[in-house]
Amino acid sequence: MTLLSVSGLSKRFPARRGLVDVLRHTPRQAVHAVEQVSLDVMRGETLGIVGESGCGKSTLARCLVRLHEPDGGSVSFDGTDVLALEGDARRRFNRQVQMVFQDPYGSLNPRMTVGDMLGEALSVHRVVPAAEIPARVRALLDLVHLPQDAALRYPHEFSGGQRQRIGIARALAVEPSLIIADEPVSALDVSVQASIVNLFMELQDRLGLTLVFITHDLRLVKHMTHRVAVMYLGRIVEIGPTAEIFARPQHPYTQALIRAVPLVKARRRDGEVAVMGELPSPLNPPTGCAFHPRCPRAEAACAQAVPDLSDRGAGWQVACRLA
Amino acid sequence: MSAPLLEISDLKVTFATPRGAVHAVDGVSFSVGRGEVLGIVGESGSGKSVTLRAIPRLLHANATVSGQATWQGQDLFAMDAETLRRVRGGKIAAIFQEPMSALNPVLPIGQQIDEVLVAHTTLDRAARRRRAAELLGLVGIASAGTRLDQYPHEFSGGMRQRAMIAIALSANPELLLADEPTTALDVTIQDQILKLMLRLVAELGMSMVLVTHDLGVIAETCDRVAVMYAGRLCETGTVVDVFERPLHAYTRALLQSMPGEGAARAQLIPIPGQPPRIDKPVPGCAFAPRCTLAEPRCGSERPLLRALAPAHETACHAGERLLAEAGA
Amino acid sequence: MRRLSGPLIGGIVLLGAVVICAIMPNVLAPYDPLGFDFGALLAPPTAAHPFGTDQFGRDMLSRTISAARIDLQIALFATLFPCALGVLIGLFVGWYGGLADMIFGRLVDLVVTFPFLVLVIAIVAILGPGLVNMYIAITIVGWVAYARLMHAEVLVQKSGEYVAAARVLGYSTPRILFRHILPNAIRPVLVYLVSDMALVILLGSSLGYLGLGAQPPEAEWGVLIADGKNFFDQAPWIALCPGGVIVLAGLGFSLTGDGLAELMDVKR
Repeated sequence: MTLLSVSGLSKRFPARRGLVDVLRHTPRQAVHAVEQVSLDVMRGETLGIVGESGCGKSTLARCLVRLHEPDGGSVSFDGTDVLALEGDARRRFNRQVQMVFQDPYGSLNPRMTVGDMLGEALSVHRVVPAAEIPARVRALLDLVHLPQDAALRYPHEFSGGQRQRIGIARALAVEPSLIIADEPVSALDVSVQASIVNLFMELQDRLGLTLVFITHDLRLVKHMTHRVAVMYLGRIVEIGPTAEIFARPQHPYTQALIRAVPLVKARRRDGEVAVMGELPSPLNPPTGCAFHPRCPRAEAACAQAVPDLSDRGAGWQVACRLA
Repeated sequence: MSAPLLEISDLKVTFATPRGAVHAVDGVSFSVGRGEVLGIVGESGSGKSVTLRAIPRLLHANATVSGQATWQGQDLFAMDAETLRRVRGGKIAAIFQEPMSALNPVLPIGQQIDEVLVAHTTLDRAARRRRAAELLGLVGIASAGTRLDQYPHEFSGGMRQRAMIAIALSANPELLLADEPTTALDVTIQDQILKLMLRLVAELGMSMVLVTHDLGVIAETCDRVAVMYAGRLCETGTVVDVFERPLHAYTRALLQSMPGEGAARAQLIPIPGQPPRIDKPVPGCAFAPRCTLAEPRCGSERPLLRALAPAHETACHAGERLLAEAGA
Repeated sequence: MRRLSGPLIGGIVLLGAVVICAIMPNVLAPYDPLGFDFGALLAPPTAAHPFGTDQFGRDMLSRTISAARIDLQIALFATLFPCALGVLIGLFVGWYGGLADMIFGRLVDLVVTFPFLVLVIAIVAILGPGLVNMYIAITIVGWVAYARLMHAEVLVQKSGEYVAAARVLGYSTPRILFRHILPNAIRPVLVYLVSDMALVILLGSSLGYLGLGAQPPEAEWGVLIADGKNFFDQAPWIALCPGGVIVLAGLGFSLTGDGLAELMDVKR
């Protein structure tokens, strides 16, 4: 059952122009951060979105919650057009879809206690009557396995992992059905990442949450997602069931990405690099398929037209002429 | 087995801060042989970067360094300024995590390479330019001639890292110290840089010390590994030995906490608690409060590094237990 | 609580002295500040009159102490009003940017072009002398410094992820501005405020000296100096003693401001 449906979403950021460019009438350049992205998120699943720098995964996430306003396309949540919402309807949407951020140090207001933060979310959205707020704050802290006295303390008194728990508790306070997590563990030590990942999985099972998990770490994606979307330079190049994609990746970029990940099980592996070349500048993307300059199987036709996502069955789509 | 190139013995680094002394490194010993790649792995606060920087004496004045660092028989800590200058860059080179801050933004890359060549070789200007172009080619930067005159901001992240490697290799060093060289890079670029470094190590007969928090990187690039925690050395040995048969509770816990071990979506096994504060010296084993294998003596008796298998040392009271489990 | 530094303690002591003088002048002043003593005209500083007397035999120490109230009032009003106005404008402009930012920028450029004192004097000359008009003039010119500080801080805070989180949580803009951004952006402003108090005392005294601020018989340190200027050859203490007190008060505010800055660790 589709909870969130994205169709043809695009977001461009105009590049700044110097005086010289204005005088020379050079055409206005733009970074096509997200270009024609379409995907569906099913109720109760964990969808992973992976990619390297400039692939647009964070911008996509922010467009879904309208931190950025998309330039084109549509986003539909439970049948409602998200991009058209205003006022109270928009606030109701905010209750349904929440976000957990990457930076445990910047994502919490340093001047508010944990209790204030959670209480504010509860009271602004009138989740519970005012008298019940303290009890609900205690329940939220329990849910994320933080001690009860955390409510009286300030963010700087906590470790990175604990701060992420606070951020998760804040997102959960409004009782969302979908949580978008933008690189939630990238800033944490490996041993702490495990506990936050566990928390996400546990919450999903307990609360029936749907989760969109954005990361650059393929090892995490392989472990915890049901389906995964691979992005490159603003577009989705492959999307489908995680186990299948990792076992038999179809798109050359996905194949390269998986080959490039250093695994603990591997040993001193010299030899061929996973993929040659650099990530292209988003201001000057290649024509046709964005990956073709680096693709080992590229043909002349690959530079002509951008390949569409084509169905391979069982919810698996690949954007490659040759795959 | 020839004599080791670099030998570090009981290295201790203490920083004087307004809040008191911080024991960043507390008795670390290891050696690096010719042509060997040694990895130093640890999480934040483990002291791995400080250890690396102590070797060529790159730490700030408020650091008190004790212990011994011997380079080809010479004492690095007792060297006079001129000898140290010739060793740094000439014999021992270093590359760091953030190429944008390690490279001088106002000098073209060619000039930064040139500086090293001037300091450590006797080549004339034309020869230096040729050598610089050669180096850029060596690290896989195309159009070397044009690139030499460009500034760091004109390079992408991966290219800057390659440029930094080129600068480091200018004077044909025998040892390369790399502090998280690929942590800030995308995974496909990281793959390229690591393979490049390994190729150079093989072609130029260099040794390398690679500091990182990524166990996968260690597995795929290093011959031997040293695991650090809270400024102390936990375990050293070959990558195969340490990763397949860890003899320290921390190493084992770290390996187990990584995804990819069990079934998909199974609960991972995190390490509970947090690393200790390094401003208070810990009496027993630094890892004891978080250790599932802790015995009573772990809290009071600091375990010493000892070899439980050939070339495999551990500083863990449960070492023998782990050895027995692995053997079984 | 970090240990208070020496300069900070010194600053607080000086300020404390000024505040006490302002609160209880009658208790502290040894004589009636308006009391003439024809037996001791233009008397130099002695044990009986530590600051000497003026041409009417009025005790300068008592006059100086009773003037403290006005100067402290100046220190507070001439800073708090520009601060409040500047903070609101800086907050608004920093958040919305765009056209508001452009207008703000040009306005700042305009005000900053003129020397602060000259502009204040010009406005007071138009409105007429007096304390209230002086406050108005200082507010019109002084809000700019506060607004600029606030604006810069808001730009920094605006890009913080906790603000993004507040937006995703659907919080209203006033809530985000006043409950989230303002408390985090106000630190540099507060530090500047205390230092500004030192500057404003000098400003108020200068205007008082010129006859544009406090009007006699209201005693204010600048006015006292003006009173003493005609007798400077015979009795320099009439002008110098209040002058010295101005310096000490200014020093008190400065030291406190610096000490507070250090304490709050504004330097990130």
